[in-house]
Amino acid sequence: MKLNIHIPEPTKLIPDIRTGEGLLQWLSTVDHKLIGIMYLCTALLFFVLGFGEALMMRIQLMRPLNNFLSPEAYNQLFTTHGTNMIFLVLTPMLLGFATYSLPLMIGANEMAFPRLNAFSYWIFLLGGLILYASFFAGGMPNVGWFSYAPLSERFFSSTKGVDYWVISLLLMGIGSVGAALNFVVTTLTMRTKGILMNQLPLFVWMVFVNSFLILAAFPVLNAALFMIFIDRQFDAHFFVSATGGSPVMWQHLFWGFGHPEVYILALPAFGMVSEVIPVFSRKPIFGYEFIAASSVAIMLLSFGVWAHHMFAVGLGTTFNAFFAASSMLIAVPTGIKIFNWIATMWGGSVQLKTAMLFALALVVNFTIGGLSGVGFSLVPVDWRLTDTYFVVAHIHYVLIGGSLTGGFAAAYYWFPKITGRMLSEKIGKWHFWLYFIGFNCTFFVFHFLGLLGMPRRVYTYPDLPYLGTLNLFSTISACVFGISFILFFWNIFYSLRHGRIAGNNPWNAWTLEWLTSSPPQQKNFEKVPLVRSRRPLWDMLHPEDPDWKRENKNKIKKTGYE
Amino acid sequence: MFFFVGSESFFFLALIISYIYFSHTGGVLSESSHYLDVKRTGIFTIALLSSSITIFLADVSLKRMNRKAHRIWLAATIILGLIFILGQTTEYLKLYKLNFTISKNVFGSAFFTLTGFHGLHVLIGLLVLLIVLIMINNGKFKTIEHTAFSSAAIYWHFVDAVWIVVFSVVYLGALI
Repeated sequence: MKLNIHIPEPTKLIPDIRTGEGLLQWLSTVDHKLIGIMYLCTALLFFVLGFGEALMMRIQLMRPLNNFLSPEAYNQLFTTHGTNMIFLVLTPMLLGFATYSLPLMIGANEMAFPRLNAFSYWIFLLGGLILYASFFAGGMPNVGWFSYAPLSERFFSSTKGVDYWVISLLLMGIGSVGAALNFVVTTLTMRTKGILMNQLPLFVWMVFVNSFLILAAFPVLNAALFMIFIDRQFDAHFFVSATGGSPVMWQHLFWGFGHPEVYILALPAFGMVSEVIPVFSRKPIFGYEFIAASSVAIMLLSFGVWAHHMFAVGLGTTFNAFFAASSMLIAVPTGIKIFNWIATMWGGSVQLKTAMLFALALVVNFTIGGLSGVGFSLVPVDWRLTDTYFVVAHIHYVLIGGSLTGGFAAAYYWFPKITGRMLSEKIGKWHFWLYFIGFNCTFFVFHFLGLLGMPRRVYTYPDLPYLGTLNLFSTISACVFGISFILFFWNIFYSLRHGRIAGNNPWNAWTLEWLTSSPPQQKNFEKVPLVRSRRPLWDMLHPEDPDWKRENKNKIKKTGYE
Repeated sequence: MFFFVGSESFFFLALIISYIYFSHTGGVLSESSHYLDVKRTGIFTIALLSSSITIFLADVSLKRMNRKAHRIWLAATIILGLIFILGQTTEYLKLYKLNFTISKNVFGSAFFTLTGFHGLHVLIGLLVLLIVLIMINNGKFKTIEHTAFSSAAIYWHFVDAVWIVVFSVVYLGALI
């Protein structure tokens, strides 16, 4: 057998996967653009699985005392659904857009470590496949996406599901740390000539800040995962309360990672919206410094709020009060961003393209999710609502209303750059409205269900007033929500063949990725002009009124010196 | 490399915090700490810490383009690292003979996990240093090898620094 196969450089910009050579080119690529596309396609693939799982749960909950699923199957479904959506859909979606766009936005031709980049993707994919391999090894994990000990210990979960879950998350954690390392070093060392840290596009800023979050949060999860793995495999006692271990320690370690993780998923989405809103408002972003600095504040604060997931544990009043206060505090930098986005739109000539609609939906829905989150920081409210559907509503408003909606804004915004063709606006508008209506109708009623006391993670519920009606309404809305995704897939499929040719800069945007051709050549840029402001393309197109001259003038006015 | 090491430090931070937490619950520390041989481990600690000095000297001779001295100091680092690993292996064997294992109690779990992960890092560091040594033996002084060496050196210093904390917390802490 020949071990060395020569794989020629791809001649097409996007190699054809149906030919053997094209497939090998995909498998062996270290090009950040192709790896980014692979991340995004993987996210779509796992999204179909995760949504299928959600839909099965919705069908089960459609009627009270329904028998569509067994309790065991239901446990496996909600665990896999949670893990799948967080680690296999949202994470690769955000990493994918960052891997694709970050080097382009700073005028670089590659990531700092191309091979590490490929490694990160493949080890992530391996982790994802291992999670689903548990299905063939005697059952998926069934202990919730946070695998609370001692339920996740071998005594209570003797199937292999949790072991697969641990290994899968470990591998994905290693991949994410590698990717984050790459983003930090790329941002620091690969910027094109002239571009200063305070001139980086905000998406790059957010990914940069976010990478530090990943670098600090994932190792904590990995340590906890190793401990539970050693518990399960070598009879150690870390989280086994019967022999002196501490299940509460698992909760501390898990949420020490878990809460930063929420912001890991949210910050890049904020970055995407911070790119989309100014372009479609035809105005520079309002309060650039505040958006960038508030991200740093979120990063630091997010390490000091984890125990608000644990108010019901009984850690003591002082402890709870501290974390209640810090949780309220972290709402402030997030609120600053919301106001900056609104101020950017204020007085601009807003163009309601699909990308902009999704960005607006993020502002609306994330605000709702954020407000219910601040509600939870009040300890008595949390005690009343913990483990009810109110929490489920909150997490879905933050993760779908925030991250996923931001991802769709980015998808409509960058699809022309990635493929060279525009997504259809007509299908896009249908997609958006069904998505927006379907999402809000599915999940808003969860707030009421939670207030009525319906517990989460239980496979059915008794026939009490309102419960059946509200759940039926939610299930029907979930189908509408599902149709919107079918439209999105159809839009991609259709636009890849028949979409309008995009050209270099279809949106008249100002950041560097729109300077090069769509899709970019293997070498992203032949020549990048000297960057002297936050809007290099504006300066190029308006040599009579470039940003940097105006900034200089302001400076002269303020200080009296040139 | 600094960012990677920074990320790694959070991994150890979590392990060390867990160790401190678990070793102070339910009096397991007092009933288990006599298993630890502070003096013996102290000697091997000196070996590991002096390997930080030798790799620093290797770095200095690399900057002076003194190839021979560089190789000698690098080899000395590897040998000192091996001595440390040898010490840890024999300590583990001894403890297993005394029936003090990872599944004995929560202190055992925490002890073996923390020191074991550190030992694993030392092993990886040794492997990396060995690769660097082979690279340097085979080739000429090229920039890529300079980078390889300085990255490996940062990692090695990190592994040593972690051990200072681990040794203080686990072994010296048990004396108190």
